[in-house]
Amino acid sequence: METKKDAQDGSLILLKQGAEARVFESTFVGRKSIVKERFSKKYRHPTLDSKLTVKRLNAEARCMTKARRLGVQTPALYFVDSVLYTLTIEYVEGPAVKDVLLEFGLHGVVEEKMDDITSQIGNAIGKLHDGGLIHGDLTTSNMLIQSGTNKLVLIDFGLSFTSTLPEDKAVDLYVLERALLSMHSSCSNVMDKILAAYRKSSKQWSSTMNKLAQVRQRGRKRTMVG
Amino acid sequence: MKQMIALGFEGSANKIGVGVVTLDGTILSNPRHTYITPPGQGFLPRETAQHHLQHVLPLIKSALETAKITHDDIDCLCYTKGPGMGAPLQVAAVVVRILSQLWKKPIVAVNHCVAHIEMGRVVTGADDPVVLYVSGGNTQVIAYSEGRYRIFGETIDIAVGNCLDRFARVLTLSNDPSPGYNIEQLAKKGEQFIDLPYVVKGMDVSFSGILSYIEASAVEKLKNNECTPADLCYSLQETVFAMLVEITERAMAHCDKKDVLIVGGVGCNERLQEMMRIMCSERGGNLFATDDRYCIDNGAMIAYTGLLAYAHGMTTPLDETTFTQRFRTDEVLAIWRDKNAPSVNGVHQDGTCEQL
Repeated sequence: METKKDAQDGSLILLKQGAEARVFESTFVGRKSIVKERFSKKYRHPTLDSKLTVKRLNAEARCMTKARRLGVQTPALYFVDSVLYTLTIEYVEGPAVKDVLLEFGLHGVVEEKMDDITSQIGNAIGKLHDGGLIHGDLTTSNMLIQSGTNKLVLIDFGLSFTSTLPEDKAVDLYVLERALLSMHSSCSNVMDKILAAYRKSSKQWSSTMNKLAQVRQRGRKRTMVG
Repeated sequence: MKQMIALGFEGSANKIGVGVVTLDGTILSNPRHTYITPPGQGFLPRETAQHHLQHVLPLIKSALETAKITHDDIDCLCYTKGPGMGAPLQVAAVVVRILSQLWKKPIVAVNHCVAHIEMGRVVTGADDPVVLYVSGGNTQVIAYSEGRYRIFGETIDIAVGNCLDRFARVLTLSNDPSPGYNIEQLAKKGEQFIDLPYVVKGMDVSFSGILSYIEASAVEKLKNNECTPADLCYSLQETVFAMLVEITERAMAHCDKKDVLIVGGVGCNERLQEMMRIMCSERGGNLFATDDRYCIDNGAMIAYTGLLAYAHGMTTPLDETTFTQRFRTDEVLAIWRDKNAPSVNGVHQDGTCEQL
């Protein structure tokens, strides 16, 4: 980890406003870091809002460290502030998988790179699920490819929870499948490749895949009366 | 120069509607009739279809009279192909087949969900928004990408309107004008917030667990005088709408769009609109919403969407004018959204066409 001398400790630079948190760049004890602040949502009922904010802050801190223990790359957790609702985590340099795939969509697929990314994704999800951890928000925006090492890093564990039910695992995969379909329709068979890697990596793949078929069926039913 | 005119038929759920519109989105007439069931009951396919059959012919007459046109002025006939309940859908499909042969006019089959989106866009002027489509049968977060309306998030079980309607049955609220409206009015009197399950999975939501929970606990809590029906309506609305606003915001962050358009029957709910407006203003975007004339199923939205397709050369041959209960939003190729698409059938960019 390289240290940055010119940036003042604690200074915040806004990088992005996500759906429920502001993400700042900062330094933590000399290290380049990310500060993720969950802010209060004015549209929500105050009781509901504080319940969700606290729940997700805790879930994110716990599940991110649990994922690391299961051998899945995530940013290192530096600090949790339960008063300001902020997490301070390691800064990961590199593009989101979303941008890599969109680039493939524009300029043609680099097969070798695609195979590497999809197998890493399948592998990581397999490890999480076998360890009883559900990510809860698997989209291509929540996966980074670390520059230099080309390793996959999973982020945003705010909707994560622990479960060993095939149902929860299948819905986790289904969420990813839908995100891929809607955003990256031009890169076909990405999901097939991910699932192939998932089967190799997860010991309980068979029950999860059976459930996934059921969840997909349920999905079709949704187009009903209006 | 004469404007192109379409006659549209909608009958996918408990409303039968006939609308007359021109290509620039002017609604010449838009009458509809709703099948209202007694409190505590929902509508069943067979009775709903019978209701539609009884009302469709008077509605066509009144639509043509109000619009001050005859059938000769019509360029195409449009109907809802799906999704919806089978028997009610069949009524519009059969009527449009007969009229097409009587009047010698082409038919355009329309997807109900896409029709809601296009009507919302033309009424509000929203150009490229994230669309939240919420009704009794559908809950979807949709955005346009690469030629189609793609579904980014949706319910993985029942629709939000279905959840509200079924809860209204538990409280035996009136179905007139709609159960959702009566929940909204009652919720305004609610004071106490009751904790309910909150289920968001990525960009998807689930309502069936919330419904089971509130159905079971409502009776108990009301009996013990722990809360009022108003508190329950208030808490249910606050919870399910927060979920909807959250997944909409996720979709906005995911595909980098600023504006939101709410369509569908539940979209009339002013609390939902208010919550969405707050979220949009925090992100520097705008909320586009419509009132009950356009939000709720109507014939004009079918006519307008069919006319857009017709103006780009799409018609449905008579032997393909079927209906289907399952018809996903992303199955439709939205050629009219393609800025480079050539317009055919003698249409100019300004929406007028040559007098034949």
